[in-house]
Amino acid sequence: MSNDEVIKVALIGNPNTGKTSLFNQLTGLKQKVGNYPGITVEKKQGICKLDSSIKAEITDLPGTYSINPTSMDETIVLDTLLNESGDSFPDVVVVIIDIENIKRNLLLFTQIKDLQIPAILVINMIDQMKRKGISIDVQQLEEKLHTKIVLTSARKKIGIEQLKLAILNYKKLDNKPIGQISKRIDKEYFSNLKDAFKEFSTYKSWLLITQNIEFHFLNKEQKKIVLKFREDLDCIKRYQHKETILRYQIINDILKENFKVDKSKATDLRGVLDRVLTHKFFGYIIFALILLFIFQGIFDWASYPMDFIDRTFANLSLWVKSVLPAGVFTSLIAEGVIPGIGGVVIFIPQIAILFTFISVLEETGYMSRVVFLMDKIMRRFGMSGKSVIPLISGTACAIPAIMASRNISNWKERLITILVIPFTTCSARLPVYAILISLIIPNKRVFGFLNLQGLTMMALYLLGFTAAILSAILLHNVLKIKSKSFFVIEMPNFKIPSLKNIFYEVVEKTKAFVFGAGKIILAISIILWFLASNGPSSFKKAEEMVSAQIENSNLSKVALQKKVASYKLEHSYIGYMGKSIEPIIKPMGYDWKIGIALISSFAAREVFVGALATIYNVESDENVGTIKERMAAEINPETGEKRFNFPTGISLLLFYAFAMQCISTLAIVKRETNSWKWPVLQLVGMGVLAYVTSTIAFNILN
Amino acid sequence: MIGTIADLEVGDTGVIEKLCLENIPLKLLEMGCLPGKEVKLIQKAPMKDPLYIKVNGSYLAIRKETAEKITVVLAK
Repeated sequence: MSNDEVIKVALIGNPNTGKTSLFNQLTGLKQKVGNYPGITVEKKQGICKLDSSIKAEITDLPGTYSINPTSMDETIVLDTLLNESGDSFPDVVVVIIDIENIKRNLLLFTQIKDLQIPAILVINMIDQMKRKGISIDVQQLEEKLHTKIVLTSARKKIGIEQLKLAILNYKKLDNKPIGQISKRIDKEYFSNLKDAFKEFSTYKSWLLITQNIEFHFLNKEQKKIVLKFREDLDCIKRYQHKETILRYQIINDILKENFKVDKSKATDLRGVLDRVLTHKFFGYIIFALILLFIFQGIFDWASYPMDFIDRTFANLSLWVKSVLPAGVFTSLIAEGVIPGIGGVVIFIPQIAILFTFISVLEETGYMSRVVFLMDKIMRRFGMSGKSVIPLISGTACAIPAIMASRNISNWKERLITILVIPFTTCSARLPVYAILISLIIPNKRVFGFLNLQGLTMMALYLLGFTAAILSAILLHNVLKIKSKSFFVIEMPNFKIPSLKNIFYEVVEKTKAFVFGAGKIILAISIILWFLASNGPSSFKKAEEMVSAQIENSNLSKVALQKKVASYKLEHSYIGYMGKSIEPIIKPMGYDWKIGIALISSFAAREVFVGALATIYNVESDENVGTIKERMAAEINPETGEKRFNFPTGISLLLFYAFAMQCISTLAIVKRETNSWKWPVLQLVGMGVLAYVTSTIAFNILN
Repeated sequence: MIGTIADLEVGDTGVIEKLCLENIPLKLLEMGCLPGKEVKLIQKAPMKDPLYIKVNGSYLAIRKETAEKITVVLAK
């Protein structure tokens, strides 16, 4: 326990104002990501030491242009500011604005001031002032805006100490509103509003009635009043319009004397870059090349650390077995826990590489150009230009990708994006693909420089992407949802990415994956181990049964042990489960052992490899080597051929490309769409597609 | 000459005269797209939609259907 005082601070600002850089400067590695209570919107918080006894708990709120939300992310900002009894209600708000867009940025600041919450104004990127020919009279501006102004450059670490000092002294801030909007729009209307909610500031009451949101912190009586005011929508719209115009008038008046721009000093890098990056021909070529480069990174560079991780965990498992005394505990560690953890850790290189690329592209401002370039095309498929980033992120993991679709304000476009994301090849499919490809596709070069295995991988990515597009077209034509399309995006300035921001972003995303998906994978590995090492009565008598069967043959001790182990697996709980589904999966070319892996991987695809590893591991204690070597050695007793031959391999690849095997994704879709209908549709639709294509492929090839 | 933002050619500038409130997101107004403001069409996306405009110091991309709802007087 400590007696430290904690000041709650909320960071608010438009997107692209350097809010994240500032958050990183203030909190460093003392950050954590959680969810807002009851919803899955990410909440980034960090601790900042202000002096020896006082700390600030800083919450980084999603970027927003105003507190009239148009997307889920923005709703959080409003909710945080209005819910005075909430956990996240700030003692002081720090509003970050960008020197180049001061007018538009101040709009948000005036709204927050009118809520009468203590607010500090941070004008960021001051290192650009001279170059852009900007001058500000800070003292006068402070007086007019009734606030404390701190000039910073988050990237160059300028002004951070001054900001900490301002936070320390937040109690001295002036809470006077700026707008006094209510008096200037319609006095009567607003005084009625004020009478209806005596306990709130006028602006807060105005926000309560203008937003189409059910505020959970209101009581029944208050909710009734809100609904009554909302009846006259036209009036609300008109007044919101008036409010915006008024705010700009006030801002213009204030800035007239205190803010000057000498335009002759501005440079135009944006124009030149944009002409190339959004060019109708070169724009697409550049985007395609960038994508190619990203995929190259995910497959080629990531394969080295991944192979290393794979080997390390295989060796670790063997080492544990040789060091610890044989028994249930050792078996649990060596066959359940270690392969389970290995199955999670192996993804780290790929996820880290992908998110490094994505955050570099976001930081530079390029992603907005992609949205611009792709919007019209994506609309043909019922999506939006903003769907491109979620679809690309989907190549790492569907969960953050689905969450990234939140800034699509059109419901139909967002829903279609959410529904098709699981088709894009996520990194959980990679180990499955990688191992199957290496088993069935020869490691040859074609045309001298292309690798056949690499090409197959590329083809599987294209397959996933095609499936996503085709199903989007289908959904676009089938779903009858009317929703207004609001598409307004900012095209930010081009920036050199900050290494620090990228580093934190990648660490955070990777951590979220390891601890989120990791728990499920590890748990499944342990359950699998248990189901494979236990069974009904015939399992326990395995040794007697096997010896009775082969009484007269003179098998070596090792061979006998193998026989016993495989008998045991067949008669374990999981063996029975696998056998019971064998008739269903036989048309796809699978046996009961693959069936076991299939069942277990319904919760998460990557478990497939781990499950096979567990199965083949339990089966032969003496086996040395990696999962791949064990799979390659597996023989189909009916044909005498390799178990993982070409038809079976292709069938499995197709199955894993299409089937919806990820409980976490289903859960997130349920939460984001607030209905079971959509995740069930995904599960069934994708499952049927997977089953049918795998069966057809196997029977044609066999 | 009076038209909408959608009628502008790349490089043209116009002054916003009227917005059709029902069809314009409030967000666009809040970003400074208001009567009396100057709009410059910077670029059209490859299929002539969306449009990349500069208004009130902000660089924005809006769809053609929204641009058609904003009346401007073309400045020559």
